Amino acid sequence: MIKKLGLAVWLLASATVAAHAETALRIGLAEDPDVLDPTLARTYVGRIVFASLCDKLFDIDDKLAIVPQLALGHETSADGRTVTIRLRPGVKFHDGEPMDAEAVKFSLERHLTMPGSFRKAEIASVDKVDVVDPATVKLLLKNPFSPLIAQLADRAGMIVSPKAAKESGDKFGLKPVCAGPFKFVERVQQDRIVLERFADYWNKDNVFVDKVTFRPITEATVRLANLKSGGLDLIERALATDIKDIKADPKLKLATQIEMGYQGITLNVGNSDVGKNGPFGKDPRVQQALELSIDRDALNQVVYNGEALPGNQWISPKNAYYQEKFPIPQRDVTKAKQLLKDAGVTTPVVVDFMVPNSPDTRQLAEVVQAMAAEAGFDIKIRVTEFATSLNEAEAGRYHAYALSWSGRVDPDGNIYSFMTCTGPNNYSKSCSPETDAALSAARIATSTADRKAAYEKAAALILPAGGIIYLYHRPVIIAHTVKLGGYKQLPDGLVRLTGVKVQP
Amino acid sequence: MTAFLARRLAEIIPTLLLVSVIIFLLQQLLPGDPATVMAGEDRDPEVIAHIRQQYRLDRPLPVQYGYWIKGVLTGDLGESMRLKEPVAKLVAQKFPVTLQLALMAIVISLGIGISAGVVSAVYKNTAIDYAVNLFGLWGISTPNFWLGILLITLFSVHLGWLPASGYVSPFEDFWLSLKTTIMPAFVLGNSFAAVLMRHTRSAMLQAMAADYVRTARAKGLSERVVVLKHAMRNALTPVVTLGALELGTLLSGAVLTEQVFSIPGFGKLMVDSVFNRDYAVVQGVTLVTATMYILLNLLADVAYVLLNPRLRG
Repeated sequence: MIKKLGLAVWLLASATVAAHAETALRIGLAEDPDVLDPTLARTYVGRIVFASLCDKLFDIDDKLAIVPQLALGHETSADGRTVTIRLRPGVKFHDGEPMDAEAVKFSLERHLTMPGSFRKAEIASVDKVDVVDPATVKLLLKNPFSPLIAQLADRAGMIVSPKAAKESGDKFGLKPVCAGPFKFVERVQQDRIVLERFADYWNKDNVFVDKVTFRPITEATVRLANLKSGGLDLIERALATDIKDIKADPKLKLATQIEMGYQGITLNVGNSDVGKNGPFGKDPRVQQALELSIDRDALNQVVYNGEALPGNQWISPKNAYYQEKFPIPQRDVTKAKQLLKDAGVTTPVVVDFMVPNSPDTRQLAEVVQAMAAEAGFDIKIRVTEFATSLNEAEAGRYHAYALSWSGRVDPDGNIYSFMTCTGPNNYSKSCSPETDAALSAARIATSTADRKAAYEKAAALILPAGGIIYLYHRPVIIAHTVKLGGYKQLPDGLVRLTGVKVQP
Repeated sequence: MTAFLARRLAEIIPTLLLVSVIIFLLQQLLPGDPATVMAGEDRDPEVIAHIRQQYRLDRPLPVQYGYWIKGVLTGDLGESMRLKEPVAKLVAQKFPVTLQLALMAIVISLGIGISAGVVSAVYKNTAIDYAVNLFGLWGISTPNFWLGILLITLFSVHLGWLPASGYVSPFEDFWLSLKTTIMPAFVLGNSFAAVLMRHTRSAMLQAMAADYVRTARAKGLSERVVVLKHAMRNALTPVVTLGALELGTLLSGAVLTEQVFSIPGFGKLMVDSVFNRDYAVVQGVTLVTATMYILLNLLADVAYVLLNPRLRG
C-alpha cells in the first residue's frame, strides 16, 4: 500500500514537473530588427520576429500559394473592384480585445493614413474599408489590383489591437499588441527580443513552445558557434560555405529553400550622363554580350557551393509565372564577342562595377569579372558600403551594380518598381511605355493565365534590354538543433513556430 | 588646487561645444542619405519625404545643428530614427555594459601587463625576458576579431565551458555575467596588456638603474623588497596614466570585440547606427563618450597634480 502510494506521489510529482517544464527557444538573427510596428517596419529581419508576433489576414504555403490565416477566405467581384474578406471568428489580440472587422478596418486605415507608413504604397489601391458585419470586411478598390491579397499575406495584412495602437500612437512598436501565437514581453536593443506563448491564440493547440528569445548576432561564424555550443536552437542566414560543416554535425539539422527574390546585376542604361554615355546606354547588345559571357552554373558553384538556383528572370524557374519561352541563356563567348563587334564599341569595354560590401557579392563580382574579360569587358570592381551604394545608384554614378532583392510573394513585387519608368527602384532608368503597359496589365488581370500572358510581353522587352541581368535565386539557409521537431522552411525565409516542438 | 580645478572645468565647456560641432559636421561627410536608408527596400518617395521632414533633414545644416544642440542642453539627445527610442535611453542601456567590459579589460591588462613587465625587467636578457617579450609581440599583433573567434571555438564550441556570445547583467546573475564577459574582456585586455608590459619593462629598467635602488640594495634589503617596494612604485606612475587613458578609449566601446561577441554595448550601437545612418544615435553616443574621455583626462591630471606638487600653480 505504502509502495503504491509512493508510486502515485512520484507519478504526480513528475507530471507536475513535466507540466511546468518551460520549453524555450532561442533564435539567432543576422541583424537587429528595426521598430516592431507593422506599419512602420521596413527590414527583412523584422519580419522574422513578426512571424511569431503578428498574424496576418493571409499567409503563404511552401508552393507560394496564398492561404487564409486571420481570414477564412475572400472573394473578388467580377470587375475586380471589390474584395470581400471573411474573418476567422473568436480571435483575440494579446490584450484580450476582439480581432474583428472593426479591428481590420482600423489596421488597414492605419497603414493607409499614418504619417511615414511603409505600407501605404503596398495597399494604395484600397479606397475604402467597409465593415459588413463583425466577421466580414469589404475592401473597395480604386482600380483592380491583383497583387492585393499577396500584400495582405505580408506586413500590410497584419492586424493590430486598435485599443493598444490608439494608446501608444507611433510608439506602438515599442510594445506591439497583435494576434500572433506569441506575445511581446521585452526588448533590449541589440541584445534580445523576448516573446511568450499567447494562451488565447486561435490556433493554440499547435503551439508547443512557451518562450522565444530572438538574439541578433551579426557574425555568421559566431551565430553558428552559438548553435553548436548550445547557446541557440535555430539560426537564420547561415553561410553557404558552412553547409558541409552543418551537415556533418550530428547535433544539427539544415532547412533550406530557394528564396523568393533574386541576385542580379543592374546596368545603368539611362541614369545620368554616366549611364547614357556609358557602355550599356548606347546599345542593348552590350547588355546581351555581358549576359552571354556569364556561366551561371559556375557562378553558383563558386559563390553558393551549388546551393542557389540559377535563373534569368525576376522570379525563379520554379515559380508559376516563370516564362519558359525565355530559358536561361548558356554561356557563349564567341557570340558575346560578335555582339560587341556589331554594337561597334571599342574593346575592352570598361565597366565601373559597384559592389556592396558583403563576402558573397564580392565573390560574385570577381567571378563575373574573370568571365566577362574573355568576351572583351574590362570590369573594374568598386566595393562600396551599402548605404553609400544606394546613393551612388540613385545618382547614376555607376555602370553596373550588384543588387539583390529579397522578393515578394506576388511577381509584381519583384518587377513593377524596378522596370516601370517612374518606379522608385528603377536605378538603371530603363524606360519604355510598352513595358509599363504590360506590367500594368498584369496588375489588373485576375486569372493566372491572363497575368502570365501580360508578363510574357514584359519579359520579351525586359530580358534583352531592360537593364537588369538576373543571375540566380539564393538559398535560404536555416540551421537548427536536432531537438527541434516539425520545423518547415518556406521560401520567404521567415521562421514560423506553429507546429514546432522542442524535445527535452 | 581649487583654482587649477576651476580653470580645467571651465575649459571643458568650449571643448565640448567644439566637439559637438565637429561630430555634427563629420557626420555630414558620410556619403549616403539617412532618409533613403530608412525608407527600406521599397523606397516609397512619399515615405522618404516624410522622414526628411520628420527629422528635419530637409532644413539647412546650421538649423539642424541648432535644434540638436538645443535639445542636448535640455538633456534631450533626440530620437533614434530606426528604433523610435530616445537616444538617452539607449545610452543609459548600453553604458553599464561597456563600463563593465572596460573595467574588466583594464583589470586583466593591468594584471598581466604589469607583472609581465616587472618579471621581464628583473630577468633582463634571460630566456624568461625573451619569452615575455614574445608574448608581448603576440598580444600586440593578434587581431581582436581573430582571437575572439578562436576563443569562442575553443571554450564554447569544443569545451562548452563558456557561452559563445551575449550579455547578462551582474545584477541579474553574477556568475553568468562573468562567464559572458570574460572572453571579450580578455581579448580587449590582451592587446593592451602587451603595450603595458613594454612600458612597465622600460620604466622598471630605468628605475632599477637609479641611485636609490642601488642605495636600497646597499642597505641590505632583500631583492623582493627592492623590486616591489622601491623600483616598482616609481616605475608605475606613467603606467597608471596610460591605463587611465586606455580606460577612456575602452569606454567609447570596443567595436570589433563587441561585434564578435554580440555584446550590446556602445561599440555595437555605434556600428549599427553608422550603417543605418541613424544620425541622432551616432551624435549622442559620440558626445557622451567625448565627455567621458575629457573627464577621465581631467581625473588623470588631478591625480598627477596630487602625486607631483611641482605641477600645481
